Amino acid sequence: MSIDCIPQSLRLPCRPRWWRAQVDEPRWRETAAGLVEDRWRLVSLWGEAGLVHMAVADQDYAEIGVVSLACPQGRFPSVGRLHPPAIRLERAVQDLFGLEAVGLTDGRPWLDHGRWGVSGPLGIGNSSPDSAPAPYSFLPVVGEGVHQIPVGPIHAGIIEPGHFRFSVNGETVVRLEERLGYVHKGIEGLMAGAGPAAAARLAGRTSGDSTVAYSLAFAQAVEAALDIEVPGRAVWLRALMAELERLANHCGDIGAICNDAAFAILQARFAMLREAVLRAARACFGHRLMMDGVVPGGISADLPEHGLDILRALVKEIRREFPRLVELYENTASLKARTVGTGILSPALARQFGAGGFVGRASGCEVDIRRRPGYPPYDRLGFELPVLHSGDVNARVWVRIREVEASLALIEQILASLPEGAVRIGLPAGEGREIREGAALVESFRGDLFVWLRLGGDGKVERCHLRDPSWFQWPLLEAAIEGNIVADFPLCNKSFNCSYSGHDG
Amino acid sequence: MRKLLFEGLFQAPLTEPAPGAEAAAVLELAQRLERSARRRLGRSLAIRHVDVGSCNGCELEMHALGNAFYDLERFGLRFVASPRHADVLMVTGPLCKNMSEALERTWLATPEPKWVVAVGDCAADGGIFAPSYACLGGISTLVPVDLHVPGCPPDPLRLLSGLLGLIEENIK
Repeated sequence: MSIDCIPQSLRLPCRPRWWRAQVDEPRWRETAAGLVEDRWRLVSLWGEAGLVHMAVADQDYAEIGVVSLACPQGRFPSVGRLHPPAIRLERAVQDLFGLEAVGLTDGRPWLDHGRWGVSGPLGIGNSSPDSAPAPYSFLPVVGEGVHQIPVGPIHAGIIEPGHFRFSVNGETVVRLEERLGYVHKGIEGLMAGAGPAAAARLAGRTSGDSTVAYSLAFAQAVEAALDIEVPGRAVWLRALMAELERLANHCGDIGAICNDAAFAILQARFAMLREAVLRAARACFGHRLMMDGVVPGGISADLPEHGLDILRALVKEIRREFPRLVELYENTASLKARTVGTGILSPALARQFGAGGFVGRASGCEVDIRRRPGYPPYDRLGFELPVLHSGDVNARVWVRIREVEASLALIEQILASLPEGAVRIGLPAGEGREIREGAALVESFRGDLFVWLRLGGDGKVERCHLRDPSWFQWPLLEAAIEGNIVADFPLCNKSFNCSYSGHDG
Repeated sequence: MRKLLFEGLFQAPLTEPAPGAEAAAVLELAQRLERSARRRLGRSLAIRHVDVGSCNGCELEMHALGNAFYDLERFGLRFVASPRHADVLMVTGPLCKNMSEALERTWLATPEPKWVVAVGDCAADGGIFAPSYACLGGISTLVPVDLHVPGCPPDPLRLLSGLLGLIEENIK
């Protein structure tokens, strides 16, 4: 179903094959209505000074468009009022751009904790005197015997910071409320005015565990805006890096989930596999996490001489070891007792929020950006897409197990048919060009990662927006934990493994 | 599971007999750390991690310290859940303003003697995030720093070297 409420005459190109349209309020509302009616999915919602943008796609990503509404009065009609997945994005728009989402039911600040010394830092900008931050009011919970457990922002482990407010009755969680924004670094603000190389470094540090995916999405958006095509070998090596990243994260996280159920041997074993991937990545791409490996125009360096051998040996090692660990996971009753039936996310909610990645695929959402809308070289590679429906911790583990197998198969195919040639082309010289826009969607290990940017005539980034998959997954964690016991929260949380840094920006 | 456990018993340890300079460095580190840490702190050093804005790259490598290849705990070094149990705070990230109060309170909650290790380029001076409205820069703007471990992110071996350096410096 096409996004038919926006006439062709309004559509300006937003490369590669997207469009963007400046709309009036009725069309903005009509687009929002399409989200509520489940005709379209929300890709992202973001702002700039005096302007708000919303990216939407039809349900199978055949068409993706951006609608933009000017806000001369500093206000726009809230989408979150009708479509809850937009609520936190709108709270962030209010914080960062000083625009008001009229009708938004939850008007509390989100990223702004009252400590920046400025309000609406990316909007017109008003400095605000450094006063004591206002206390944040959590949603009330009433009932006999209900009490609260505040956790964080600093957690007991090597973890990113965020606050969880549990309202519990006995052992049972009645409500979890998240408060995030602690690691807001102002990345989109730093990107404005940066050259593509500097901005790419920022993009690659938005969420370190997804550095390849972020670099890839940013590079694709720049290349789309400039209308340049990177060499074939670079396209394939990018996919290779992306699959290595997926492999490393899945191995590490499956082990960590087992550890949260106090089954340490599997964590130790999976951590060994993760380390093997990281060492191969360093040997082949010069960095354990492959940071700055993907750059606008291609990749930073070609494989070393023995690169293919190193990667073939890696795949062989994981293929040997991984099935034994999976068998142990599946056959350990005490472990399965913790993961089966725990932290259930209903398919209806997953669909409403457009949950991507393993969170969505464990709850019946068949979304994988590699397949739809798809990007090269995945159109020439075969891989299985696991989709489960039970939505519990066990389902998320199993989707990730199947994804490890899929990534191994993908890496083998890439190694077998890697084209020869250059791995990078220069970007066209910067001066005196027209202003151009580009966008990209990439499948990170967590799911769909969206980047939109506008390059100025001088080739520098005027505005760049990055939307982590976690934006649509964090709210679902609140729903999944409801009715579970407090002691199962780490397990549920790790099975989602949302990014704090990617979300906070 | 029994099979895996038995294999683990009879297999040569994975803990870095791998060839190359890296393995030699780990071994050397192990011996030096044993001498100096024991003199100062008995057998152990308790570490509390605080992320004040990291992209989570540093966290991934700190996690790797615990795997079978680096096996942090053989040096008597271990991560603890509370600053009240800690000797060392390992702090990552460009000190986001939204985390400044949490860092200060964690530092105050850590008993003396205590040391602060700034992990990664961001914690040193804010790195590429330093100019942001949301960041204060290096963590030394808020708490005294005893050691910087550079890198983006520093790899596990570099982290180990840093911890050793910290202990040796304090013994002099």
